[in-house]
Amino acid sequence: MHGYANPARFLKFARPATGWFLWIGLLLLAPGILGGLFVTPPDYLQGETVRILYIHVPAAWLGMAGWAGIAAASLAQIVWRHPLSAIAGRAVAPAGATFAAICLATGSIWGRPTWGTWWEWDGRLTSMLILFFLYLGYIALAWAERERGGDGRMAALFGLVGAINLPIIHYSVMWWRTLHQGQSISITGGSSIAPELLWPLPLTLVGFSLLFGAVVLMRMRAELAAAKFEARLRRTSTE
Amino acid sequence: MNPWPFVFAAYAIALGGTASLLLWAWRSMCAAEAQADSLKRRA
Repeated sequence: MHGYANPARFLKFARPATGWFLWIGLLLLAPGILGGLFVTPPDYLQGETVRILYIHVPAAWLGMAGWAGIAAASLAQIVWRHPLSAIAGRAVAPAGATFAAICLATGSIWGRPTWGTWWEWDGRLTSMLILFFLYLGYIALAWAERERGGDGRMAALFGLVGAINLPIIHYSVMWWRTLHQGQSISITGGSSIAPELLWPLPLTLVGFSLLFGAVVLMRMRAELAAAKFEARLRRTSTE
Repeated sequence: MNPWPFVFAAYAIALGGTASLLLWAWRSMCAAEAQADSLKRRA
């Protein structure tokens, strides 16, 4: 892992990986979306609205995983001062913010026919909204630090402190039992959802995750190219 | 209440948002790499 902190070595991996992530992500997403929309049966209680599950759950997962990535990059920056960690944090933030926003929007749309309301100050919804605002704060701070020529330490500290919100989001459905349903899928303990309804979910989960990865790689490549351009410009102006 | 407009609206937001994010990342990467290469060729 430490080896990829070298920008040249990272680019050697990132250039081919961007296309692989993008195309495999799209290939998995297509059957997941079509299956979720038109093939799976309606739920006995929620009817057709259960189909929102196949996009809402991956968006929630990526909104949270994005901040976990920012926290890991922040830790690497503070402890090991990896040259790529600040770039990685800045690359993950817009993608994480987009998926957190998609999670909030699709959840709200799902809530209207299911709960009879677009929004409720429920523990899960509120903590997810806070995550979205944390993303906006991180983006503003990290961009401002880069413009000032700073080393990105303030943004890294913000990234680490913001990670406190992740367990709050995860356990919110147990701590405050209001409108949002409890956990129905767990990594270790299986699922309470019928297999006929569940099968498109792994496809959309992995598909969206690979597209998220492709966005992060593209943003990191863009930042590295911009840094290279600025360095060359400085070199030519001093010659 | 007809559920389909809600389902399609949710899918449109998710797919539209993801496509916009991918397009923005792709265009910014191509522009930055082309800019870096142009200075390399000039040098």
